[in-house]
Amino acid sequence: MSSSQHYDVAIIGAGPAGLAAAATAAERGARVVCIDANDQPGGQFWRHRPEDTHPEDDGSLHHDWKTYLRLRAGFDAAAAVGSLCFYPGRQVWMAQREDNGFTLRTTASAQAGRAAPGPQTVRATQLVVCAGGYDRQLPVPGWDLPGVMAAGGIQAFIKANGMLPGKRFVVAGTGPFLLPVAANIAEAGGAVAAVCESADLTGWFPHLATAARVPAKALEGTEYAKSFLKHRIPYRTRTVVTEVLGSDRVQAVRTAKVDSHGRTVQGSERLIEDVDAVGFGWGFTAQMELPVALGAETRVDDDGSLVGVVDSQQHSSVPGLYLAGEVSGVGGAALAVVEGVIAGRAAAASTAAQSSAAESSAADVRLARKAGTYRAFARAMHLAHPVPAGWQDWLRPETTVCRCEEVTAGDIAAAKEHLCATDARTMKSMTRTGMGWCQGKVCGFAVSCLAGTEGASAESLRSVAKRPVSVPVTLSELLTLEDEQVLETTTDH
Amino acid sequence: MNPASDVLVVGAGVVGSAIAYFATLEGLSVTVLERGLPASGTSSACEGNILVSDKEPGPELELTKYSLGVWKQDLAEHADLWEFEGKGGIIVASRESSLASLNRLTAAQRSYGVDARELSTHQLRDLEPNISPGALGAAYYPEDSQVQPMLAAAQLLRMARANGARFFPNTKVAGFLNDGGKVTGVRTSAGNFAAGAVANATGTWAADLAALAGANVPVKPRRGFVMVTEPLPPMIHHKVYAAEYVDNVGSSDAGLQSSPVVEGTPAGSILIGSSRERVGFDGTVSVPALRAMAENATELFPFLNKVKILRHYHGFRPYCPDHLPVIGHDERAPGLWHASGHEGAGIGLSVGTGKLMAQALAGKEPDLSLAPFAPHRFGGFQSGSTTIQEACA
Amino acid sequence: MSHKINATFNDRPLTAEDGTTVGAALMTNGVTSWRNTRKEGRPRGLFCGIGVCFDCLVDVDGEPNQRACMVRLTEGMRINGAEPDTAEEEA
Repeated sequence: MSSSQHYDVAIIGAGPAGLAAAATAAERGARVVCIDANDQPGGQFWRHRPEDTHPEDDGSLHHDWKTYLRLRAGFDAAAAVGSLCFYPGRQVWMAQREDNGFTLRTTASAQAGRAAPGPQTVRATQLVVCAGGYDRQLPVPGWDLPGVMAAGGIQAFIKANGMLPGKRFVVAGTGPFLLPVAANIAEAGGAVAAVCESADLTGWFPHLATAARVPAKALEGTEYAKSFLKHRIPYRTRTVVTEVLGSDRVQAVRTAKVDSHGRTVQGSERLIEDVDAVGFGWGFTAQMELPVALGAETRVDDDGSLVGVVDSQQHSSVPGLYLAGEVSGVGGAALAVVEGVIAGRAAAASTAAQSSAAESSAADVRLARKAGTYRAFARAMHLAHPVPAGWQDWLRPETTVCRCEEVTAGDIAAAKEHLCATDARTMKSMTRTGMGWCQGKVCGFAVSCLAGTEGASAESLRSVAKRPVSVPVTLSELLTLEDEQVLETTTDH
Repeated sequence: MNPASDVLVVGAGVVGSAIAYFATLEGLSVTVLERGLPASGTSSACEGNILVSDKEPGPELELTKYSLGVWKQDLAEHADLWEFEGKGGIIVASRESSLASLNRLTAAQRSYGVDARELSTHQLRDLEPNISPGALGAAYYPEDSQVQPMLAAAQLLRMARANGARFFPNTKVAGFLNDGGKVTGVRTSAGNFAAGAVANATGTWAADLAALAGANVPVKPRRGFVMVTEPLPPMIHHKVYAAEYVDNVGSSDAGLQSSPVVEGTPAGSILIGSSRERVGFDGTVSVPALRAMAENATELFPFLNKVKILRHYHGFRPYCPDHLPVIGHDERAPGLWHASGHEGAGIGLSVGTGKLMAQALAGKEPDLSLAPFAPHRFGGFQSGSTTIQEACA
Repeated sequence: MSHKINATFNDRPLTAEDGTTVGAALMTNGVTSWRNTRKEGRPRGLFCGIGVCFDCLVDVDGEPNQRACMVRLTEGMRINGAEPDTAEEEA
């Protein structure tokens, strides 16, 4: 029995980039399959209440909901006429490149409740990875206490459930993303004790429009400024959370000021009490395991994240593999949509014989210009919101770094000093960092920094992103695996 | 010129680190060169086995017994550093034919002093309650043990350094220094290193280094995959493998061979092996290998069906055509020594190899004859070789 | 408006609005942790909230190690996890 299906274009992810890529490719005549871990399209950015129980989301918690509705209409229209096949609730756990395309192995995101059905094997001539990203984390004493979440996790909780995971919040880290998280909390009825932004944004935050030259983004900034005023949210720049306090859950946080070199200032500590939820986000980490497994060339971006190298068509170094959204550079939803459109057009064009060159070139120029503007904005954001240089100072020997395997900062320092573990791969061998359930997705950046001498090296970040099994899969699923299409011949070298 | 030493060890895997450590105990000055970081080759892509059970009587079994003694006696006080676990091994036979050959193996091993005990199915189920009901019989080897191999390599290296050994990571050997046909050191990315002896402990890459000295050491990669499950409470208490595994270890087939090797670890994950393929250094994920390993493992332990794997990794065993390691002085290239080609037994054999090499390097008669492992068994110089480098210091 | 879903956590009733995840249902019922770590026995609950970190693993209808943030609560669901107060009992 064969459970495999063949398509022109496979899209991994149905967030801003994936929706745009899928709708665009399908519109241009390609047979498209789209796979997403969640139960419905939207990704993290446009995550919303379940459509069966809440069919009429007004988009009040979302930015640019109109764009979502437009993309979703195209996506649904393509699905309705059969040119797009959507498999929600499933994840690709392994991707392989073969002579004439890609083989993707999928598994259900959940084995309980409404475990999503779908094909075990999907084949496609072209592949667009729009896997998105997640909050980058830095360890801090107490960050493993219940009540501490990724900033994006708090937002996802609110958007998906219409409820709050706490009552009184502190949101901390760096980057413009802290603003919508805090605004969402306030709008959902929660109290925000403080937003702690490590960067120094003096004279910058109020002038987002001129700094960015991106009208939509500027508008977004103004909206948050209004929301902050309305809900009296204290926004503290050059401030970091150096410790989370509590016995079996969060009760308080300790903050400190950082100087212009990103070092904490002695004597600037303050205690914020009666806090039951903390959200951390230090920029984003792109989900790079599939591009890395497929052999795509990577680079370290301005924000220190490992991302894929792409050309003007979002084409990676691997023939037929396109990367759009955060996996080609963290830049937010607006950029992701443009990149998704570009990738969807290119992927469809390379499967179809015909292409309307004249129409394409004008549109290409327009899309490229738009993407360029958004990328310039993203770069400005990355440079304005660096990870503070002194973050390692707030670690204690007993601070957990790898949450899964409970490896402490002291374990890591000892392996570095005594066992020559000076890159993330060797650190993993010696201490088990990144060997647990999440396979280093959460601690990978921090471990790369801690093992290295000058921040996280490209080699360390790439080794951390090497996850041949990108989500756990049962042995029973391996039993029914179909062979690759082209079997490697076994030869003796 | 970097400082000269009595012994220059190339490769900081478990074998190189063991040589370095024991050479310092012999009072030799030691330098270790490594092209990457400690344990970055096969030592970090294996299971950490110390097995007597899969060895047939012969020189490798003798070396195994010797090495086990080194792990358990010489290094007893350091056992916790590398999570030494005398967990014991169990070979399970699920077919009448394999049970018969298993019984023959255990009888032969016993006559060579191996503690090999036949188990009834009842006894087997007492030791491994989750074993498949299909098991017909088994053999139990209380001496089989395991270490965390990366820690073993890195800690042995640390101990060698504590005894004065120098370590140069990220240093790649480009050629040999030579004086009147004798190897006198190496050229590297970090300059020249002079030494009284150069020990090639580069494992699966040993042939390339030997070739730089014109010596034929036909070590080839034999790929193996290992799957790692989610952490679980203890479900498998020994290293458990199928009788067919012994045949595969001894086989020279290039094609995919797979037989189940399943064991729990102190961290809670279960390691599932094994596959053997000669595909060069191809790291492409092999679906047939993963599927075969899953089939075999779930046959041995049906509960594994619902267990998830979190990752898998592959390593390249240093394989010699006659399945014996290459250990000792290379008469074809005086001054060059070898310690490689241990195939899948490198962790277990490492410390024995290291101690014997150190004794020989110090000019002593080694505790165990290295004659069966002599490098020159592969014949003379490679024809037309001109690769011995002139001294350029 | 959606209706209420009735499930259990460690055999006690757990009620939440239809459409919520298991993780959200636990949180809104006052359960903030449902797993204890292997080494130190530390309590864990939701962290990344989007299926990346696997901190929120819980047993759902006999399926072990399900991500509470990824599983939607359904009628009659049996959820089993560590009681929040069993972490570091000796401390």
